[in-house]
Amino acid sequence: MNAVPLTHIILLSTALFFTGMYGLLTRRNMITMLMSVELILNSVNINFVAFNKYLYPKQLEGVFFTVFIIAIAAAEAAVAIAIIINLYRTHQSIDVEDASELKY
Amino acid sequence: MMGTQFFWLAKQELVLALVIFLLLIIKTGSRTYSNTSVLNLVNALLLVNFLAGFIAPADGILFNEMFHTNTLVTIEKNILNLGTLIVSMQGYEWLKTHKHVIEFYVLLLSTLMGMFFMISAGHLLMFYLGLELASIPLAALANFDLAKRQSSEAAFKYIISSAFSSGLLLFGISLLFGTTGSLLFSDLPALLTGGPLQIFALVLLIAGFAFKISAVPFHWWTADVYEGAPVTVSAYLSVVSKGAAVFVFVYFLYLVAKPMAAAWYTILFILGVLTMLIGNLFAVRQQSVKRLLAFSSIAQAGFILVGISGSSQAGSASVVYFILIYVLSNLGAFGVASVVSALSGKESINDYKGFYRTNPFLSWVMAIALFSLAGIPPAAGFFGKFFLLFAGAGKGNYALVIIAALNMVIAFYYYLRLVRAMFFDRADQEPIPSLDLNWYPKIGLGICLVGTLLLGFFGHVYEHIYSISIPF
Repeated sequence: MNAVPLTHIILLSTALFFTGMYGLLTRRNMITMLMSVELILNSVNINFVAFNKYLYPKQLEGVFFTVFIIAIAAAEAAVAIAIIINLYRTHQSIDVEDASELKY
Repeated sequence: MMGTQFFWLAKQELVLALVIFLLLIIKTGSRTYSNTSVLNLVNALLLVNFLAGFIAPADGILFNEMFHTNTLVTIEKNILNLGTLIVSMQGYEWLKTHKHVIEFYVLLLSTLMGMFFMISAGHLLMFYLGLELASIPLAALANFDLAKRQSSEAAFKYIISSAFSSGLLLFGISLLFGTTGSLLFSDLPALLTGGPLQIFALVLLIAGFAFKISAVPFHWWTADVYEGAPVTVSAYLSVVSKGAAVFVFVYFLYLVAKPMAAAWYTILFILGVLTMLIGNLFAVRQQSVKRLLAFSSIAQAGFILVGISGSSQAGSASVVYFILIYVLSNLGAFGVASVVSALSGKESINDYKGFYRTNPFLSWVMAIALFSLAGIPPAAGFFGKFFLLFAGAGKGNYALVIIAALNMVIAFYYYLRLVRAMFFDRADQEPIPSLDLNWYPKIGLGICLVGTLLLGFFGHVYEHIYSISIPF
C-alpha cells in the first residue's frame, strides 16, 4: 500500500490554516468568523496527528495534544456563542459591522 | 514520590481551588446571601489566599515535569494574588449592586488558576491548557455588564482575538513538535537547531504571546476591550493577565528558546520599538480615561519588551520587579477610574476637570499612579523603568534605550494632561461630586498609593528578585 507522503498532509493543513485566517479576516458574520477559527484549530490538529504518526510513531504526545485542542475548542465555541447571543439581544444583529461602537 | 510533596508544591493552586469550590457550593446551595456578605467573605478568602502564598515556598517538579515551581514562580504567583486582591477590593462599588457576584468571582479565580498553571508549566500542553483557562473565562467576564452594548462588543472582540492568537500559538507549537518530537521545556533547548521551520514556529509563538501582552501589531483588541468591559475587568486584564503572560514569556524565551536567542532578539527589538511608539502616540489623542489607560498599558508592554530583550539575569529580574510596580501603579489609576465610573458613570478626561476640589484623596491616588506610570523619580515606576532600561542597555544596544527614553517624554504629555485636568483646570460643567467610598476600595487604593510611593526605596526587593531570577 502506498502511503500518502507527509508533505501532502502538511500542505493540506497549511492551506487549511490560511483558509481559516482568510475567512476570519474577510467574513462579516460572527458565527462564520468562529467557524474560521475552528478551521485554524483543526489544521493544527492535522499537523499534530501527522507529525506524530509519520515522524514519532512511538510517542503519543501529538495525539493527546489533539484531544485537548478539540475539547478546548468546544469550550471556546460555547463561550463565544453565548457572547454572540447576548450581543444579538442588544444589537439585533450578528454582523460585525453593526458592532462597531468602540473604535480607534 | 507524590504524597505530601504534592500538597506543598501545588499549594497555591490548591488554596485557590478550595476557594472556587467553596463559592460554587455557596452558589448552588438553597440559601441566598446578600451581595455585601458575599463580598466580605470573598475578600477575606482572597486575603487568606494571598497570605498563604508566603508560607514555605518550595522547589520541585510534579507530574513528570509537567508542573514545576520554585521561589521565583512563588513570588510571581504572589504578585498576581496581590493584584487580584486589590482588583477585588476596588471593584466593591461596582459588584455591590451586581446580580451575579458569585459567578463573577468563580470566573475571575478560574482565570487566576489558569495563570498559575501557565506560569508553572513545564510542558507546552500544560502551558496551552493554562493559557486557555486564563483567557476563555475572561471573555465571559468582559461581558459582565450584560445589558450594555459595548460590553458585548468588547467580549466578542476579546474572544475572537484570543482564539485567533491561540490558533497562531498552536500552529507554532505543532511545528515545534514536528521538528523536535518533544514538548517538554527541559528537552526542547537541546533539540532546537534554529532551522527555518523552527524560526517560523518561534515567530508564531511570539505572535501568540504578543497578543496576550498586547504588543504592537497585535494590540488592536486592547483599547476596545478595555473600554467596553467593566472597569474592574479591564484593570484585571491590564495588570494580572498581562503580568502572567509576561512571566511565561520570559521563562519561555530565556530557558526554552535560548538557542535561538539571536532570532528572538531581533523580533523583540522591532516589537518593543513599535509598541512603545504606537502605544504612546495613540494615547496622546484619547479622550476617554479608559482608552488612555489602555494605550498607556500598551506602551508599558513596549518597555517590558526592552527589558526582556536584555537577555541577562538582570533582564528577567527587572521584568518581575517592574510588573510588581506596574500592578500597584496601574491598579491605582484603574481603581480611581473604576470607582468614578461605578458611582458617577463618568469616563472622559473632560469629566475629571475640577476633580481635586471635590475628591482630593482620589486625585492624589490617581496623580501618584500616573507619575509612577510615567516614570517620574520619587514614584516607584521610575525605578522599575530604570532597571528595565538598564537591563536593555546591558546588551550594548543603546539605540533601543534612547528610543525608550524619548518615548517616556511623549508619555509625560498625556499622563500630565489628566493630572492637569484634575488639579488645575476649572470645570466647565458640574464637576464629579464628592464620592462616598466604602472602606474596601479605600484600602485597595491606599495599598496602591503607599506601594507606589515607597517600593522604590526598598532596594533589597529588587536584590532579592535578582538573586532568584532566571540566569541567562
